[in-house]
Amino acid sequence: MVSQQLDLGELKSILEKYAPGGRNQLLPALWAAQNCYGYLSEPVVVAIGKALKVPLADIYGVIEFYTMFYKEPVGETIVRICVSPICTQRGSREILNSVCEHFDIQPGETTTDGKYMVEAVECLGLCDFAPSALVGEVPVSISAGATPQSWIQSPDPAPLGHLEGDPCWLLGSCGEVDPAEVKDYEGCGGFMGLKRTLQNPPEFVIEEITESGLLGRGGAAFPTGMKWKFASQAEGQPKYIVCNADESEPGTFKDRVLMEGYPLSIIEGMAIAAYAVGSHYGYLYIRGEYMRAQSIMQKALANARATGYLGKNILDTGFDFDIDVRSGAGAYVCGEETALFESIEGKRGFPRLKPPYPTDQGLFGKPTDINNVETLCAATWIMANGAAAFRSLGTEGSAGTKVYCLSGDIAKPGVYELPLGITLGEIIQKAGGVLGELRGVLIGGAAGTFAGPDDLDLVMSFEGLAENKYFLGSGVVNVINTDRDMKQILYSLAHFFAHESCGKCFPCQLGTQRQLEIMEKSVQGQLTNADLVALEDVGFAMAETSICGVGQMASTAILSAWEKCPDVFGLEESFNGQK
Amino acid sequence: MSEEYVQLTIDGTPISVPTGTTLLDAAKDVDVDVPVICYFAHTTANGLCRLCVVEVEGARMLQAACVTTVQEDSVVHTRSPKVERARRTILEMLVSTVDISESPELQELVVDYECYPERFEGGKKRQPAIIDDNPVYLRDYSQCVMCWRCVQVCADDAQFSYALNFSGRGFDTQIATFFDKPLPETTCVFCGNCIGVCPTGALKAKREHLIEQGVAPEKVMEFTRLKGKKKKSHNSAG
Repeated sequence: MVSQQLDLGELKSILEKYAPGGRNQLLPALWAAQNCYGYLSEPVVVAIGKALKVPLADIYGVIEFYTMFYKEPVGETIVRICVSPICTQRGSREILNSVCEHFDIQPGETTTDGKYMVEAVECLGLCDFAPSALVGEVPVSISAGATPQSWIQSPDPAPLGHLEGDPCWLLGSCGEVDPAEVKDYEGCGGFMGLKRTLQNPPEFVIEEITESGLLGRGGAAFPTGMKWKFASQAEGQPKYIVCNADESEPGTFKDRVLMEGYPLSIIEGMAIAAYAVGSHYGYLYIRGEYMRAQSIMQKALANARATGYLGKNILDTGFDFDIDVRSGAGAYVCGEETALFESIEGKRGFPRLKPPYPTDQGLFGKPTDINNVETLCAATWIMANGAAAFRSLGTEGSAGTKVYCLSGDIAKPGVYELPLGITLGEIIQKAGGVLGELRGVLIGGAAGTFAGPDDLDLVMSFEGLAENKYFLGSGVVNVINTDRDMKQILYSLAHFFAHESCGKCFPCQLGTQRQLEIMEKSVQGQLTNADLVALEDVGFAMAETSICGVGQMASTAILSAWEKCPDVFGLEESFNGQK
Repeated sequence: MSEEYVQLTIDGTPISVPTGTTLLDAAKDVDVDVPVICYFAHTTANGLCRLCVVEVEGARMLQAACVTTVQEDSVVHTRSPKVERARRTILEMLVSTVDISESPELQELVVDYECYPERFEGGKKRQPAIIDDNPVYLRDYSQCVMCWRCVQVCADDAQFSYALNFSGRGFDTQIATFFDKPLPETTCVFCGNCIGVCPTGALKAKREHLIEQGVAPEKVMEFTRLKGKKKKSHNSAG
């Protein structure tokens, strides 16, 4: 057995570091061991289980849950090719096939020389560089016609990407300064929000955020001020601040850009939230695929600590707050807040039943405020500039700006910060307009909805979209022209959800698979009217009965495509699927 | 502590139950039968199967009766068209995935809800091979509905043995031991709790299985004893 040849000596220092934290340190310990040995062999896992006092079956369950943990040896370099709906539009499945052909392997296999393992993965958050891949830790954009030899053997790191703001409130000097340097950040007004925060009582901060009308930017649009108030009033200590940086919604890459380009603004936002809520501990949970963002955030955290913006007695005010970075390991569902808590606690990322809500019983069962990256950046800006200034843009129900992620068939894909309340057409124009003839726009991501070519005057605000049964979600605007294969896009949407369902509740566990099978038939041109009735029933059951947002939203995009353009399924007309 | 009561209406019948009562228990009080698969009175309710969903007027979506507590003035419908459609679809998806030939309660539900699982014909099924790795019981996960009860009683809900957890994810989730090892090589103490709580034929006592296979009851011991001795020399069997 290969595993018996392993030298477990190196594991000793890993175990010494993580054992005192027990199960809560399971994911960091597994990551450290895997980085050391390349994979998680049985003897290594047994040693981790003993040291951290976690039942072995439970650790096995954790390894099996997260796609980035391997229990078998893998290639020296893992080539992860994105087959999400966005990259699929730009030929990533064909690229996957040609790479596998080149190496003479199947997806998930390692080359005979042990150098490369090739995997098909879901969205890598590089949608502005589609088709994209991760070669080891290097994010790359695969240029048309590039041979596998060129982009895999000497990967060219993708830059931060195209950024534009009108105004640049949250983006600030993102992309223009050394991101982790405190001096650079201070030079463009950084930490003014935290200073103003610490000069006032926590109630003032909560009032200011409430006044600003800020709604959560992760997708659910919950009023941030109200969330902070609930967390501050909740019984129980300690309280936690969690930043949800598990950005995995296909089409979304704004949080990656903010982390890689403006990390100190996120740290400042977490410190502001902590002060408002009365917390001294924060966790920044970043998806495992964002390796570059993780290392930039680590550097920024160290610099913030060294300059007195984090740690004990921040800016001599007596306020203590520090942040631990946690890496996900390949699970979309961990972007669901309670699944994220489970993951930090060293478990499979199963969403919890609600109530209780996180502000009452969140991480480790304690009152927890969990906010998206962009939400925290907005809080930073609001505390520096005031609630009234934030309200000066946007609409009555949707104050301020939104950082949109534009991808697909547009002239300049990238991240755009724009006032809420402008139209879909205006947003697309900002990015240089549609390339080719517009077929549709996927708004809000895989869990979003399709808009048609006649919907360009849709008002992009939380309330404006909700009125028309759309969701702003995380701010995805994915433009699709008539050259794209809609059936293939819908298939990859279904594939995404089937791959990412956690398997906890029956409707999502079974429904995402059945939905995928129906979309498979659609691609093969074998769809019948009865299949479409089944598709509607499956979508209905998932939406009405799933435990968390993953299952509840798993069918919205596909069913909206059917409603907007029934011809995508190759059938004559739409019909209502009453049995 | 004096109990406080909540007034609500279930299928048109007004009732009053103590605060904190689940909709499932409240329905029992008015003799309304709400179907469940994963729910079991002696294990922590996880609300997995969603078959017990009911329609609560004003709620954003259907509510799982086993984990939703009563609210003042709620108007609850346990068999509205929406409820029927959701339950029927979940059952159809389940039955087209799992072998329910030894699960009479599920078979009854399929009839009751006029299910047509054939609409998913050709879809993926869960059909792992039977695991026969110990003298006490068999594991036939092609009959497993993923109710989690066995994992729960093996862990904090009863035995604290922690021999069972999961492999895979999503549709491909399965109950598993550490690195899929045979049970005798795990922390399993053969308490039998998991067999007791299994709602289908997925976990079955070896004795029962052998008798079904035509082995005379007085001969059963010969088979299980033999297996028990074999265990030591054939650790990786199964």
